[in-house]
Amino acid sequence: MADIKEIMKPENLVYGKSKVLTDNVMSYCPGCTHGVVHKLIAEVIEEMDIQEKTIGICPVGCSVLAYNFLDIDWQQAAHGRAPAVATAVSRLKPEKIVFAYQGDGDLASIGTAEIIHACNRGENIVVIFINNGIYGMTGGQMAPTTLEGMPTSTSPYGRDIKLAGHPLRITELIAQLPGTTFVTRQSAHTPAAVRKCKKAIRKAFDNVEGKKGTSFIEVVSTCSSGWKLSPVKSNEWMVEHMFPFYKLGDLKDE
Amino acid sequence: MADYRLMKGNEVIAEAAIRYGCDGYFGYPITPQSEIMETLMLRKPWEETGMVVLQAESEIAAINMVYGGAACGKKVMTSSSSPGISLKQEGITYIAGAELPCLIVNVVRGGPGLGTIQPAQSDYFQAVKGGGHGDYRLIVLAPASVQEMNDFVGLGFDLAFKYRNPVMILSDGVIGQMMEKVQLGEFKPRWTNEQIIKMYGSWATTGKTPDRKHNIITSLELDSSRQEKFNHKLIEKYKVISENEVRFEEIACEDAEYLFIAYGSSSRICQKAIEIARAKGIKVGLLRPITLFPYPTKKIQSMLSKIKGILAVEMSAGQMVEDVRLAVEGKVPVQHFGRLGGMIPTPNEVVHALEEQIIKGK
Ligand SMILES: Cc1ncc(C[n+]2csc(CCOP(=O)(O)OP(=O)(O)O)c2C)c(N)n1
Repeated sequence: MADIKEIMKPENLVYGKSKVLTDNVMSYCPGCTHGVVHKLIAEVIEEMDIQEKTIGICPVGCSVLAYNFLDIDWQQAAHGRAPAVATAVSRLKPEKIVFAYQGDGDLASIGTAEIIHACNRGENIVVIFINNGIYGMTGGQMAPTTLEGMPTSTSPYGRDIKLAGHPLRITELIAQLPGTTFVTRQSAHTPAAVRKCKKAIRKAFDNVEGKKGTSFIEVVSTCSSGWKLSPVKSNEWMVEHMFPFYKLGDLKDE
Repeated sequence: MADYRLMKGNEVIAEAAIRYGCDGYFGYPITPQSEIMETLMLRKPWEETGMVVLQAESEIAAINMVYGGAACGKKVMTSSSSPGISLKQEGITYIAGAELPCLIVNVVRGGPGLGTIQPAQSDYFQAVKGGGHGDYRLIVLAPASVQEMNDFVGLGFDLAFKYRNPVMILSDGVIGQMMEKVQLGEFKPRWTNEQIIKMYGSWATTGKTPDRKHNIITSLELDSSRQEKFNHKLIEKYKVISENEVRFEEIACEDAEYLFIAYGSSSRICQKAIEIARAKGIKVGLLRPITLFPYPTKKIQSMLSKIKGILAVEMSAGQMVEDVRLAVEGKVPVQHFGRLGGMIPTPNEVVHALEEQIIKGK
C-alpha cells in the first residue's frame, strides 16, 4: 500500500481550500447553503487576486459572523442596512470592490427600502442574497419569502396568505430597476449548480471591477434546522417547492 | 485674510464641513435643517474637494451610510432634526458600539411625535443620556451662535477621531435658522488614503494587505465576559472624556448671587435677562455648558459656595435641570424654567421666573 506521504504531493492536488478562507470553524448547520456560498466568494476573490481590494458588508442573520470566515476587511451592518453601508463604502472608496451579503429577512423585509434604493441608484456593488425562505438565526420564524402553506414557528399552521400576504419575489422587482446590470437567481445544491453559482458570482465581481452598477445574485437556499428536515430532505424539498416559485436563471444581464 | 460672512447657522454647517476636509455627508430632508444639504448640493464640493454628498432614502439609510464611511476611516457626517434623529438611533448605537468616529448634527424642533417645526431643546435626554439602546455616550456639543456652528464642525471631527466616538452637535431651530456674522475657517485638504492608513489602518477597513490581519468593524460580541470587558473599556473612555473635554462659558459670574444655567439659544436669551435683572439690582450670572456630555458638573459644584439659587433655563419640560440637580446635590435651590412646543421664552419671562421661583422661593 502506498504511503500517504507519497500521495500528498502538490502535483496530485485536485482540490484545496481557498487562501481567502480563514481556518475558523464555520458556525453553520450541516447542509446550510451559507457555507457553500462563502467558499465560492472566497474562491472568486482569490482567482481575481482582489483580497486587498475587497470590502465585505455582512448582515444581521446567520451570516453575521461571515467576517470570521473570509480573510478580507469586513463591516458588520445593522439588520437590513447593508446596502446603505455598502453605498457609502463604494462611493468613498471607489477603488475598492464592495459586496453586501444578506439573508431574506434582512434584504426582503426589514431592509427593503435600502436594497431597492441602492439598486435603483445603481451603486457599484455586488449583492449576494441568500434566500432560505425563513429566519434562520432567530430560530425559524416566517420570512417575507416563506412559501404559502409553509410551516414556521410564527406560521405554525403554514403561511396563510390572508393573514401574512404573499411570499415576495424581490429579485423580480430588483430586475426592473435601471440601476441593476446583472440580476440572477441561482442555487448551490448540486455540483453543477455550485459551478453555475460561482460563475455568476465571478461575473458580478467582474462587473463591479468594470464599474457597471449593481449586480444582484439570489441564491435559493436551504435551512435544514429552520425547515426541520435533514440536509438531503431539505434539498429535495427546495427542488420540489422553492424552485417552481423562485425560478432559477438570469433575470437580467446587460 | 479672515473670511467673514453673514450666514445662516445651517448653511455654515455645510460650509464648515467642506472647509474642514469632510469626506462625506449623508442626509434626508427635514425642517428646520434642510439648508445643510441644500447648501452642499449648491456648492457641489465633489468638484472642489471630492467630498461625497448623497441624499439618502431615509434617515436610517443616511446614518448607516455614515457607519460605512466612518468604518473606512473617512470623515463623515449626517444632519437631521428631532424625528429624523429618532430614526437614526439604531445606527448611532451601532456606531458607538463599533467605536467609529462621526459627526451628527441635530437641529432640534419641538415634539413629541411630529410635533412642530419650531425650535426646542427637548432632545437633551436623547442626546446626552443615550438615545439608542445599550450603555454608550455621545460627545455632545451645544452651539449658541452661528460662529459656534462653524467652530464645532472642526472640533466635533477632532474629538470624534481622538476618541473614536460619535459626536453630536445639539443645535436648535433658532441657531440653525438665524443669520449672524461668522468667520469661516481655512480650507483643510481631505486626508489621502495613505494618511488614513497611517493614522487609522489598525482598525479601518482600508483593504486587507499582507502585512496585517483583516480589520473587522462590528459591535457584536456573543461571549458575555468579553462583552462586559468591552463595556468597561467604553466606561473608561467616557471617564477620560469627562476629565479632559468639559467646556463651558461663564458670563457675569464674578459677583453673582444667582445663576442661570442654560445652553444653546436659551443661553442667548439669558444674556439679555442678565442685563434686565442687573438693572433691577439682581446679581445674576450665567453658566453656559458648551459640552452637554461631558457635563460641567465639577464647575457647578465649585460655584455653589457663593450662589443662593439656580434657574435652569431650557426650552423643554425640564431635562438638563436633572443634571444640574445631580451636581448641586440639594445644596442650593434649583428650579427649571422653560417654554415648550416651539415657544421661545422672552428675557423678561426669564427674569420674572428668577424672581418668583428662586428669589421669592415660590
Ligand atoms: C432591528 C433588529 N430586529 C430584529 C433582530 C433579530 N434578528 C436577528 S437575525 C434575524 C433574521 C435573519 O433572517 P435572515 O435575514 O433570513 O437570515 P438567516 O439567518 O436566515 O440567514 C432577526 C429578525 C435584530 N438583530 N435587529
